[in-house]
Amino acid sequence: MNRSFLARNPSILWFLALLGLFTLVVTVLSEGLGVGMISTSFVKTLGKTLCLCLIAVAMDVVWGYCGILSLGHFAFFGIGGYAIGMWLMYARTETIVERSLANQVIPPTPQEVSDAIASQIFGVVGASELPSLWAFAHSLPLQLLMVVLVPGLLALVFGWLAFRSRVTGVYLSILTQAMTLALSLYLFQNDSGLRGNNGLSGLQNIPGMGDVPQGVLSVWFLWASAMALAVGYVLFAFVTSGKMGSVIRAIRDDEARVRFLGYHVESYKLFVFTLTAIVAGIAGALYYPQAGIVNPAEIAPIASIYLAVWVAIGGRGRLYGAVMGTVFVTLLSSWFTGGGAPDIDLGFYRIQWTDWWLVLLGLAFVAVTLFAPQGLGGLVNKLKGARAKEAKA
Amino acid sequence: MSTLLEMSGVSVSFDGFKAINNLSFQIGEPELRAIIGPNGAGKTTFMDIITGKTKPDEGRITWGEKNISLLGKSESQIAREGIGRKFQKPTVFEAQTVRENLAMALRNPRGPFDVLFYKKTQEGADRIEAIAEQIGLSDALPRLAGELSHGQKQWLEIGMLLAQEPRLLLVDEPAAGMTPAEREKTTEMLVNAAKTRAVVVVEHDMEFIRRLGCRVTVLCEGAVLAEGSIDHVTSDPQVIDVYLGR
Ligand SMILES: Nc1ncnc2c1ncn2[C@@H]1O[C@H](COP(=O)(O)OP(=O)(O)OP(=O)(O)O)[C@@H](O)[C@H]1O
Ligand SMILES: [Mg+2]
Repeated sequence: MNRSFLARNPSILWFLALLGLFTLVVTVLSEGLGVGMISTSFVKTLGKTLCLCLIAVAMDVVWGYCGILSLGHFAFFGIGGYAIGMWLMYARTETIVERSLANQVIPPTPQEVSDAIASQIFGVVGASELPSLWAFAHSLPLQLLMVVLVPGLLALVFGWLAFRSRVTGVYLSILTQAMTLALSLYLFQNDSGLRGNNGLSGLQNIPGMGDVPQGVLSVWFLWASAMALAVGYVLFAFVTSGKMGSVIRAIRDDEARVRFLGYHVESYKLFVFTLTAIVAGIAGALYYPQAGIVNPAEIAPIASIYLAVWVAIGGRGRLYGAVMGTVFVTLLSSWFTGGGAPDIDLGFYRIQWTDWWLVLLGLAFVAVTLFAPQGLGGLVNKLKGARAKEAKA
Repeated sequence: MSTLLEMSGVSVSFDGFKAINNLSFQIGEPELRAIIGPNGAGKTTFMDIITGKTKPDEGRITWGEKNISLLGKSESQIAREGIGRKFQKPTVFEAQTVRENLAMALRNPRGPFDVLFYKKTQEGADRIEAIAEQIGLSDALPRLAGELSHGQKQWLEIGMLLAQEPRLLLVDEPAAGMTPAEREKTTEMLVNAAKTRAVVVVEHDMEFIRRLGCRVTVLCEGAVLAEGSIDHVTSDPQVIDVYLGR
């Protein structure tokens, strides 16, 4: 990643500058650290949106650039959330349990502590033993490793099996969706070891930071999310530029031809699939502490479909397009579903946007696919074109 | 001239239909060879078999000095062994520039990490310029391949073949849809390429074949019908019967 790489791609610097400016403005206006014009909950919404932008950028690389319409990337995002959530829940419960046991005359044995933690966490699903899945939950570094390793290994194994058998196109999409569904159904079970449909909750309380107000934490998470998005964006810009970008776009357009040039197409797909899955996991690990809760419904196949919709609306095959699509759709969505849009009374029928928003989104998706395949990103081309014309005139 | 590729007793059938029937073939290095035959004779299938796209039901294919078998190797492995292919329908990456198309084909390590950390070299740039010159696309380097004319796309694909520096080039109908002037240029490119390597050209156009001035193999119903100089095969009564007579 030398200077010439950034110099050759001025849009990256633009993006980083805008992201930095955005973060600064939100910080200054925030309730926690600034003048208080932006509420803590909205700072969290913005921080979460940045995480969604990061996974959307990853989705754009795997779909827009490499042509793999994965309907499973939100599963990797959810796994990242679960992995960090396990530590958050465990460590926080541990503090509570230790405090309550401290008053006992005889100091508690480690086993007693562990049992007390387990019954606290798993009481809701009627279990009182710590499942083996939680073996590393006591350690932040180990769970952070899981954030990267679990999505990475799952993607590696799944991708290897699928790509090796040359499953492509719609069949691959269905396969990734089946993987997502299977994972979500598994997590819904009470004996999955991850609290069934209760999911992991209270994730906004960061162990050891009980004294830090949520308002401040929300800004810190915003910074972390912005940083992750910046690093992820530059990483993916690097991957999709130069010769690697050339090869993966070629795979998208005609993978058989790429094979006859001597490239082992499956390795490339596996590389892209796994790398984007890891980034999706990291994005999830930053998102869920801001959301406060992660549950199996988050991993449902529909979430991955939304992801594809954001990328399509933003414009496939350009990284800033994915960011534009995500910001546009998620903010609009919270406006519509949050009661921001006034209901329309047609006399015989009342259009309530909380219900009709999804229909609108579906129609927008179809319209973009049919009439504006370049999506919102296409507007940037129009602007550039207009400026070029002006310069000529 | 030593034997580079040898195919013996190869058969392939599609749903019971024998597209290639006990075919034997060999080519040396360097050598230029033309293959002719009526539609459906199995010419494209023959190339599919060598390049690993189609697995033969029986037979052997050996390659190089060590006579290694190509059977069981994947398309990309075979390409890396040094076999390049131009398709019947020109297939270039239309959304990318001519330069990017050629750069992708350049002979360099092909692993994902080699490619990810690939640094452009002066040598590579010079090589691309030189090939562009040979295929008459020097001015078109920054243009999108999709904007090229049909004939130029065919040349770009030949250029990509040359960039791969293969030992064997398989060229399927390179002159289809070309103007006479373009054909002449194409002939020149192929004859040049065959000075240092093995080149197999499939063509329908007799005039084009005649100008290549090389040994000709006639395929029919998946088997070799005749082989020899153009005058020899065109005077063969069997060949006249199945192919030229119509
Ligand atoms: N994948 C396939 N499945 C079924 N049949 C096939 C397949 N590939 C080729 N064939 C059949 O095998 C025969 C040989 O086809 P091939 O394309 O090799 O002919 P060709 O000599 O290249 O003809 P042309 O001059 O038209 O290009 C044809 O009858 C074709 O229909
Ligand atoms: Mg053919």
